Amino acid sequence: MNTRRAAIVGGNRIPFARSNGPYSRASNQDMLTATLDGLVARFGLQDERLGEVAAGAVLKHSRDFNLTRESVLGSRLSPNTPAYDVQQACGTGLETVILVANKIALGQVESGIGAGVDTTSDAPIAVNEDLREVLLEVNRARSVGQRLKALAGLRPGQLVPSIPVNSEPRTGMSMGEHQAITTYEWGITREAQDELAAASHRNLGAAYERGFFDDLLTPFLGLARDQNLRPDSSVEKLAKLSPAFGKQLGEQATMTAGNSTPLTDGASAVLLASDEWAAEHKLPVLAHFVDAEVGAVDYVHGDRKEDGLLMAPVYALPRLLARNKLTFDDFDFIEIHEAFAGTVLATLKAWEDEEFCRRRLGLDGALGSVDRTKLNVNGSSLAAGHPFAATGGRIVASLAKMLHANGGGRGLISICAAGGQGVVAILEGAK
Amino acid sequence: MSDRYLNLVNSPIGSAVASRVGLPHPAVLRRYKAGDPPLPGPAIVGSTAGAVPTALTTILTKAGIEVLDSLPEGAKVAAAVLDARTVASPGDLGGLRAFLQPAVKALAANGRVLVLGRAADGKNVGVDATRQALDGIVRSLAKELRRGATANLLWVEDEASLESALRFFLSGKSAYVDGQPLGLGAGEAPNPSDWERPLSGKTALVTGAARGIGAAIAGVLARDGAHVICADLTAAGEALAKVANRIGGTTLHLDVASPEAPQRLLDHLASHTDGLDVLIHNAGITRDKLLANMKPEQWDSVLAVNLESQLRINEALLGSDQLNAQSRVVCLSSTTGLSGNRGQTNYGATKAGVIGLVRSSAAAFAKHGASTINAVAPGFIDTEMTAKMPLATREVARRLSSLQQAGLPIDVAEAVSWLSSPGAGGVNGQVLRVCGQNLVGA
Repeated sequence: MNTRRAAIVGGNRIPFARSNGPYSRASNQDMLTATLDGLVARFGLQDERLGEVAAGAVLKHSRDFNLTRESVLGSRLSPNTPAYDVQQACGTGLETVILVANKIALGQVESGIGAGVDTTSDAPIAVNEDLREVLLEVNRARSVGQRLKALAGLRPGQLVPSIPVNSEPRTGMSMGEHQAITTYEWGITREAQDELAAASHRNLGAAYERGFFDDLLTPFLGLARDQNLRPDSSVEKLAKLSPAFGKQLGEQATMTAGNSTPLTDGASAVLLASDEWAAEHKLPVLAHFVDAEVGAVDYVHGDRKEDGLLMAPVYALPRLLARNKLTFDDFDFIEIHEAFAGTVLATLKAWEDEEFCRRRLGLDGALGSVDRTKLNVNGSSLAAGHPFAATGGRIVASLAKMLHANGGGRGLISICAAGGQGVVAILEGAK
Repeated sequence: MSDRYLNLVNSPIGSAVASRVGLPHPAVLRRYKAGDPPLPGPAIVGSTAGAVPTALTTILTKAGIEVLDSLPEGAKVAAAVLDARTVASPGDLGGLRAFLQPAVKALAANGRVLVLGRAADGKNVGVDATRQALDGIVRSLAKELRRGATANLLWVEDEASLESALRFFLSGKSAYVDGQPLGLGAGEAPNPSDWERPLSGKTALVTGAARGIGAAIAGVLARDGAHVICADLTAAGEALAKVANRIGGTTLHLDVASPEAPQRLLDHLASHTDGLDVLIHNAGITRDKLLANMKPEQWDSVLAVNLESQLRINEALLGSDQLNAQSRVVCLSSTTGLSGNRGQTNYGATKAGVIGLVRSSAAAFAKHGASTINAVAPGFIDTEMTAKMPLATREVARRLSSLQQAGLPIDVAEAVSWLSSPGAGGVNGQVLRVCGQNLVGA
């Protein structure tokens, strides 16, 4: 079967807002619809029937069972554009791009959008599990007597709602606590983490200053820049923050609110197409989608150091590079999602660890070192914020633009996700 | 925002009260709606030479206008068109009085008086004085006309754009253009295959398109068939996307005053279009202060956005392969640039500067594949900006024109879109005021 590479035409996102900030009253559907409409406006897609729109959210209301399709129907796209929801924790955004790119590669569709959205402000709150059981019993009751009997099971304590928590169901530990262990086990210092965080803010601030985001975002609800961005952030300022995770480590606790991503609201979308479709629509091709790989680690039973919750990209990437016969030297830009500064640094350290790479990755030696001047050059999640499912689209669109401006070359994306998963991908710049 | 006074005096009771106590009586203007004929009734057409030139009658008839050579008994006419190109001595001007006097009496509400003349050319003082007299007649008559009627003057040096101009000035598209002279010269001015969509197949770019007059211009250009690139600051992107999605255009986040703007514009055109046909320099800011209190940054920012950006972008386009032949550039000036305004030395500088820019670069654009560059100077237009004015000031400003009301953004947009159309190719280096014959200034 003949396949072709999907083209990345461009992207759009809304500036990311801190939780309970400017977007606190915006729903996932509001944000996704606005983001799609911004993309439609940028590329003149009004009334256009696209092959498909794939999108998702990590925190989702049960009423949003058809979130993406509802957002498409509320947008200026043709209502004849099909859509579906995807959920793969923080890998969602990149996974939607992979899905659309694959369908384009197979010739099943000519164009599509991969997108993601998340709100931690307008999060779903479920009723207390005990209350839910009582209400379901009332619903099942067939007589007044049975109903009254069921209602007699109501207790004041059941009014306490069930609020979603950022924790792993199998360990009961939050993502930050998981990462605190990984950070400690890999011996990542506080200084290294704060340096990475400061660089993220500095790079993102500089990117805004030179207009890098002018054709990548559309303001929303009065916000025109990522709210979390602190261009004047510095290692000295970050050093003053108290640890937020891994407090049981005492003096060894290194993870603060400054070198961890905050809870964020936002959405992003990427327009993909065949080269032919892009040419017919007189739209530029920024980059091509080359390949992707998804990995997973057994963070529940695995090694405390080597199978950390957010370590899956460490295992997925060597497989992707081997399949494409590439090394780090073949890349011009490397984007590693900054869930926590510790995640990025532990990942880089693992790839540089010869013994680990031999034993766990089956390589002849270390996978290699990443040239830090190629890493997250326009900032990443520590500065921009991280609305879970929206991060993939942010990175894909930004990287595609960087590659295009570079006159070609290759870019690498690595995103860790809850559940011990990781999604990695390769883009190649179009000239 | 709605003009409550206009609505009031057009109600039965309000109308009676206003006429008894002698209050101004602004009319509800005839504005163009898609599908409207150029003129809703017949036109009386005359000539100071006696016989009306066939070319003129043909143009009007082709536009579906019923041409009369004498006034109908007891019936109204929608327009009076007088060809006065032959006047050569002051005695000839009596012919205008003789024709216009009964015609104006028979003129329907929202009627049009259109006089065709020739501009003074310095060859004969008697002829020139007589020709220039037409300007005074038309401007004075415009001030006498009531009920939304307007009078305008076309200086016809060449008939290339005569058909297009007649259609514009007789139609509801010129509702707020009053008491104005406009020069028609030679040029490439092909008629569109569809007068309803004269910009079909054209690519247009409007700066400052997120709101107000810019958004209205983008809408009218799209209605007239153009693909419109709506440009504005990134910070205005949310409103800009709504405009683009409403009119079926695209967005471009561009700070016209930034040093990279011309190159970014050229890059965008190269990657997204087959070249630019229409450019509307609409982006503008105000930083009003009396000269005595004006800070350097207030001065500099207005100059940079309103004038310097236009100079740099035009230069870049003319030196590139991204500006198509027979392109049209329209720059937004202002009546402030013609008559001045207290507190606006910086703004007035730019709006007068734009007029200088247009006049000076007309030849260069003509050389660029018979392209044109013109300016539109709006008067008092109801926008978000004027909505913030104090009530009394706004009410007074609204009445200070022959049409006794503020214009709407659509009125400016119609003039811009006409100057952007292929048929307007004979109009170059001109300034068209859209001000309801504002009583302030020239």
